[in-house]
Amino acid sequence: MSRVVVVTSGKGGVGKTTTSASFSTGLALKGYKVAVIDFDVGLRNLDLIMGCERRVVYDFVNVVQGEASLQQALIKDKRIPNLYILAASQTRDKDALTQEGVERVIEQLKEAGFDYIVCDSPAGIEKGAQLALYFADEALIVTNPEVSSVRDSDRILGILQAKSRRAEKGDAPIVEHLVLTRYNPNRVEAGEMLSVDDVIDLLSVKLLGAVPESEDVLNASNSGMPVIMEDKSAASQAYKDIVERFLGEEIEHRFLTAEKKGLFKKLFGK
Amino acid sequence: MALLDYLLGQRKKKSANLAKDRLQILLAHERSERNAPDYLPKMREEILAVIAKYVDIDDEKLQISVDEANGFEVLELNLVLPEHNR
Repeated sequence: MSRVVVVTSGKGGVGKTTTSASFSTGLALKGYKVAVIDFDVGLRNLDLIMGCERRVVYDFVNVVQGEASLQQALIKDKRIPNLYILAASQTRDKDALTQEGVERVIEQLKEAGFDYIVCDSPAGIEKGAQLALYFADEALIVTNPEVSSVRDSDRILGILQAKSRRAEKGDAPIVEHLVLTRYNPNRVEAGEMLSVDDVIDLLSVKLLGAVPESEDVLNASNSGMPVIMEDKSAASQAYKDIVERFLGEEIEHRFLTAEKKGLFKKLFGK
Repeated sequence: MALLDYLLGQRKKKSANLAKDRLQILLAHERSERNAPDYLPKMREEILAVIAKYVDIDDEKLQISVDEANGFEVLELNLVLPEHNR
């Protein structure tokens, strides 16, 4: 049975697309058939993060409008079998997406045997974001340990609980998972950053995983490779844990505590 | 400088605690607004109309909210009367 997972946050720049790319890659690496859809019409970026920007011929809007078939628009990932990308349109305006059109595409993907359909939401709480979450069964709430991000996440949680199809039909609610990104345990220990427990407390959402702030994320996006594939990186390991936990494995949380500094470094280091 | 920061850092109020306190208050407020009953704006208007029959008041001066306290739903009305009221 297929599951629709939305990656959302309200606030921009917190790591939705990075998370969508790594999460869907991780699921595909586990052997599932995965489609990841970029809902950010006009500001397409998932293709760039996944390294397939030069292979986009048809996009999501073309399919919604009936100008191309789903098979024509789905881009098959070159590295990982069973991973497909549906790019957002770069030229159309946001009204090009309709609820009926999105529903049709999701139904077609389900019929085509996709196990997971990952919806990369645009920032904000407007139509694009609402359409991205409307058909979701589960949601990854991407949050930075920072006041405005936490506030916007709370706002988007309210929308998930009130304006999704599940909410409107009175079905079981969307399963919510917190993904805390750009986490810096050193600053948390110094009392300069909200801790995982603080954010869990504030949002009342179960933690799927924390991704430590890492230089590897920028390096990975520079080269068009989801950071989860940089095996040695802490961010990659954090995303792999996130995928495992999402699939039901019980894995202890990592990267939550600061590395121990020696006395010398504490006194004279930066 | 790290040594100095380290020593000074002991005395400063931690900004993370400040962030959490502020967010707790803000989110509670925003959630109560989000979950407010649909009739609230209309009711506010009608109450305002009744009061306006007797007192000359400013639209903005009537605050109305539904809160929960000790398991009861509390409808709170807050009205500031003008200073020279005849």
